[in-house]
Amino acid sequence: MSSINQLLLEAKSVTKYFGTITALENVNLKIHAGECLGVVGDNGAGKTTLMKVLSGLYKPSSGSLYFEGKKEVLESPKDSQELGLEMVYQDLALAGNLPIGENIFLGREPTKNLGFIKLLDFKKIKELTDAHLGKLKINVKSADQKVEELSGGQRQAVAIARSTAFNAKVVIMDEPTAALAIKEVGKVLDLINSLKKTGVGVIVISHRMDDIFAVCDRVMALFQGTNFAESELSKTSRDEVIGWIMGKK
Amino acid sequence: MDNKDQEKDSLYLKLIPYFDRYGILLLLLIMIVVMHFLQPDVFLSWRNVTNVFKQISWQSMLALGVFMVIVTAGIDLSVGSIMMLSLMILAIVAKAGAPWFVVAMTPLIAGLICGLINGLGITILRMPHPFIMTLGTLYIFRGTGNLISGGTPISGFTDEVRYLGHGRIDLTWLGLEKSQYLPVSLVLIAIVYIIFWVFMNHTRTGKWIYAIGGNPSAARASGVNVNKILVIVYSLCGFLSGIGALILAGRTDSGYPNAGLQSELDAIAACIIGGASFFGGRGTVLGVFAGVMIMGILRNGLNLMDVSSFWQQVLIGSIIVLAVYIDVLRRDLGTRK
Repeated sequence: MSSINQLLLEAKSVTKYFGTITALENVNLKIHAGECLGVVGDNGAGKTTLMKVLSGLYKPSSGSLYFEGKKEVLESPKDSQELGLEMVYQDLALAGNLPIGENIFLGREPTKNLGFIKLLDFKKIKELTDAHLGKLKINVKSADQKVEELSGGQRQAVAIARSTAFNAKVVIMDEPTAALAIKEVGKVLDLINSLKKTGVGVIVISHRMDDIFAVCDRVMALFQGTNFAESELSKTSRDEVIGWIMGKK
Repeated sequence: MDNKDQEKDSLYLKLIPYFDRYGILLLLLIMIVVMHFLQPDVFLSWRNVTNVFKQISWQSMLALGVFMVIVTAGIDLSVGSIMMLSLMILAIVAKAGAPWFVVAMTPLIAGLICGLINGLGITILRMPHPFIMTLGTLYIFRGTGNLISGGTPISGFTDEVRYLGHGRIDLTWLGLEKSQYLPVSLVLIAIVYIIFWVFMNHTRTGKWIYAIGGNPSAARASGVNVNKILVIVYSLCGFLSGIGALILAGRTDSGYPNAGLQSELDAIAACIIGGASFFGGRGTVLGVFAGVMIMGILRNGLNLMDVSSFWQQVLIGSIIVLAVYIDVLRRDLGTRK
């Protein structure tokens, strides 16, 4: 694929303060098309803050984001979604009281016009949901099932389906396998590998070395809010990466 | 799990959505049947049925507003006070001799502004819980209503102003008797409830209101402007309270200091009986209507049977506890643990 090396997203010296606390300091990050970047770090190292900056949920105190070479200022998650940047949150960010289809399209529901009123197009939501779940080979009883009735793995699959339903170019996943039963982990990792094949850039935040070494091409470590180390996956080892997490080189 | 268990399980799963949706209507139907047998001559008479609808007319507006707020996992304690303040403003504007359409508009605008104040307070002042903001405005709005009116009733409105609460739609052209008229307030309830049913179930904003109640961070992460939606919800709740004031003005022909006293609790009770969950994200417009009807029929039926209002309080309280307990049982069956 020719676009495989295309630089999709770049963060340049991103700094984020919360009051007097420095959560991120001059952090840089790059992600290319069809590539999976693993982001590791101890609790409080700034992983989640960095991802929230990338998804537009937090505004960086300084530093900037470039998407496909163009400087972008993200005011809200909506801005990042419009660029093709999607986030799968650790707490899944699904509304349990709503059905699968409505969760996938939450905030971007297809509508039809009835005179001057815009009404939800439930038929279209169902059709698009069935087609999309089918494409990702995600098995659920029905798109009308409420999310609170699903297992942890199914919820994670719905969350990933949600993030990729709108031609995402970069998908950021925060601990995608943390809450899953062992037999469900493999399915989610398979899903990540098939996303990469479609040219999507995937950023995986994870504590689990098994996940990182199963799907990532490159790994970077954050330590106390700064870039600590980075390497091609083939040029490093588990022990070295674990050392980075603890702040040892 | 063996096959038998699975069958039982799937039967439960199939029945739950229906019970979820229509169980409350079943309760309403049972009440109507029971009341009919207890008071066969009176209860289902034209006069009494229209009476029930006239009695619940303004409460049904408050309940609908509070319902939307409860779906967001919030609460609005100020609806009774909003209604009273809107009513007092209406009375003062009417006494000042304003034309009827201006008089009729004032409670709607006043209610909307009061709701807007609640919504902005909750979002901009970042009150830790809507309970606190609306508890504050419960006092503020009622106090303001008393301040501007001097705490005394103001009576006497024109027929146009009283139309929604007092008007009658003649049905003699259908071959019915003169006494068998349709109260305008009944038609108004139907129209408002249908509009809000469409709003809550078939528009994006309505879906987002449910999503906020289900998981606010999910809504926020999906690009939903949660604060904006909350301001809209509280404003609409205030607006509906304003409609309540206009209906009440028609019914009583008077603005009086005790208007809507404790009616916020009735509104909350109707929502809870109707199946709305305090944790947000759950409940239907149809359920709220059933909740309002159940409370209205209970009061009406007990009045017909000359039961003291003290017993009414005990019974309504018991129904709240019972309805929520049924909900707890249903949730145990329906949700995966």
